[in-house]
Amino acid sequence: MATIALDGLVKRYGKTPVVHGIDLHVKDGEFVVLVGPSGCGKSTTLRMIAGLEDISGGTVSIDGHVVNEFEPKDRNIAMVFQNYAIYPHMSVGQNIGFGLYTSKLSETDKKKRIAETAQMLGLEALLDRRPAQLSGGQRQRVAIGRAMVRNPVAFLFDEPLSNLDAQLRAQMRIEIKKLHQRLGTTIVFVTHDQVEAMTMADRIVVMRDGHILQVGTPMELYDNPTDIFTARFIGSPTMNLLPATIRDEGGARTAILKSGRLSLPVPADAAVSHGADVLVGVRPHDLVVDEAEAGQTFVLTGEVSVVEPLGAETLVHLDLGGTPAIATAPGRAIPRAGDSVTVRAPAGSLYLFDAKTERALCRM
Amino acid sequence: MAPQITLSGRSMARGAFRPGRIVAWTLLLIGGLVMVTPLLFMLSTSLKDASQVYDLKLIPESPSFDNYWTVLSDGRFLRWFINSLVIAVTVTLSNVFFDSLVGYTLAKFQFRGRYVIFIAILSTLMIPTEMLVIPWYLMASTFGWVDTYWGIMFPGMMTAFGTFLMKQFFETVPDEFLEAARVDGLNEFTIWWRVAMPLVTPALSALAIFTFLGNWTAFFWPLIVTNSRELYTLPVGLSSFAVEQAIQWEMIMTGASLATIPTLIVFLLLQRYIVRGVMLAGLKG
Repeated sequence: MATIALDGLVKRYGKTPVVHGIDLHVKDGEFVVLVGPSGCGKSTTLRMIAGLEDISGGTVSIDGHVVNEFEPKDRNIAMVFQNYAIYPHMSVGQNIGFGLYTSKLSETDKKKRIAETAQMLGLEALLDRRPAQLSGGQRQRVAIGRAMVRNPVAFLFDEPLSNLDAQLRAQMRIEIKKLHQRLGTTIVFVTHDQVEAMTMADRIVVMRDGHILQVGTPMELYDNPTDIFTARFIGSPTMNLLPATIRDEGGARTAILKSGRLSLPVPADAAVSHGADVLVGVRPHDLVVDEAEAGQTFVLTGEVSVVEPLGAETLVHLDLGGTPAIATAPGRAIPRAGDSVTVRAPAGSLYLFDAKTERALCRM
Repeated sequence: MAPQITLSGRSMARGAFRPGRIVAWTLLLIGGLVMVTPLLFMLSTSLKDASQVYDLKLIPESPSFDNYWTVLSDGRFLRWFINSLVIAVTVTLSNVFFDSLVGYTLAKFQFRGRYVIFIAILSTLMIPTEMLVIPWYLMASTFGWVDTYWGIMFPGMMTAFGTFLMKQFFETVPDEFLEAARVDGLNEFTIWWRVAMPLVTPALSALAIFTFLGNWTAFFWPLIVTNSRELYTLPVGLSSFAVEQAIQWEMIMTGASLATIPTLIVFLLLQRYIVRGVMLAGLKG
């Protein structure tokens, strides 16, 4: 197990910077997920940790030692790739054992280690098979096995589940999480899938355009996003954003929604002034299709455009005065397209963002 | 009521009159005949005696294997056969090793001058062999390689075509395979040998077949660089049947028939790879 520290890490291709001096400290045994859209620099960051990319600036440290100049093999880390990278010309056993190619263990010990790893991953019966004879999930387990067999100080996963179908992906998420709980090894996991990030991570690192936007536990990011990007990236379906304008009348500030002419009181500590354009955020699970209750301030009426029944609940796509939004209808109360429905959100479930800077201002 | 399912156009057309297909089959048949006829005449002539050689009948009147015994009992033929085998195998192994090593380096490593080196290698493809023979001979003469195995082999130990072919194939190998091996602690040579080479087996087979056939049938350069009959390759030796006394066509054809055996063996062993290799080479363009 090991700590991993990135300090002012920079990557440039020619003169074009793709990672802009990021800082991140991964604790011993922690499961950290780097998440962000394509091109945000998350895979490049992972590859710099692995030693597969040259570092243009800053340092990567493993267990307190700066490893910038170390070859990948000298970092004692293991990496699992998106397309598994298991060798088609070798059997499952040979693939797993390939991780021990340079090991000084005796042949007997190597075989023992391969058998133990295969058993841990449920691959004992498949050791003589070729990768072409395996399912996607089994191939992924072989790739993990090859990484595990060396007992590395940390695992790096580069979008390892993105080639799997939805069902298998969910299953592998659980398997990787169990594996982490059993081994306790430090893991840095890269994905563009926020569900993977939310379900697996001890801490999530949200990246965009080569910058780290926010680092926190899944629930910290879900409850307190620091900007619009994180707010919309974390959580599914994505957060609704309704444009509004701040009105300050004698010290009492309100956000006037452009869709629906609703007036919402803004807390005094929000750094926003009269006339400012803002966005009011509300998560689809907080925006419920229901009759308004007395005392609720966030009540809007809209026309249903599409409904997506999911069984336990239904996602209702609405037009709220020209702004598209998603709400939820509980149980089997499924509205029809074209219906006019009332949606409400409880107090404390709203977010206020500055429309220009895209930074979070306050919860409401 | 269940919707009615109709057969696709492709299935419907099966068995129907298709002029395009008939033309294609006819052309293929003609092409096949053009290629097979000389081979059949070669085999046919090898089974004839000297008096029947010019009757041009495909099926000999009294076929016999006497010519084969004559050729095989002539020590020179065996010697030329071994010479050709040694040269073709050595040059093939050399090409498989060096062409793929250089092709891999050009495909998978970023370094200054990589493109220039690749273009320089490619440009040698445009120089005809006839132009190179004199510099080769001067070189062989200077270093004392005339009339030696090495003198016959050195121009073909590494080829631009092989390097180009292997580079194109190595480019199709995903970098993740190599990176995974790098993280696992392998050095670059072992990665090439243990990981990259097995992944381009079709290309290696294609290269091996092309190189073996090219060297097995090579005539021009071995003729120039060899003086002693002991060092003749099979094609050079067989041609000497034509100039020694009267042209002994039945002996030449018998020798040529025997000479096809190794090429057939190589092809049969590697044909499943060569078809894939040629297809892939075509796709990569």
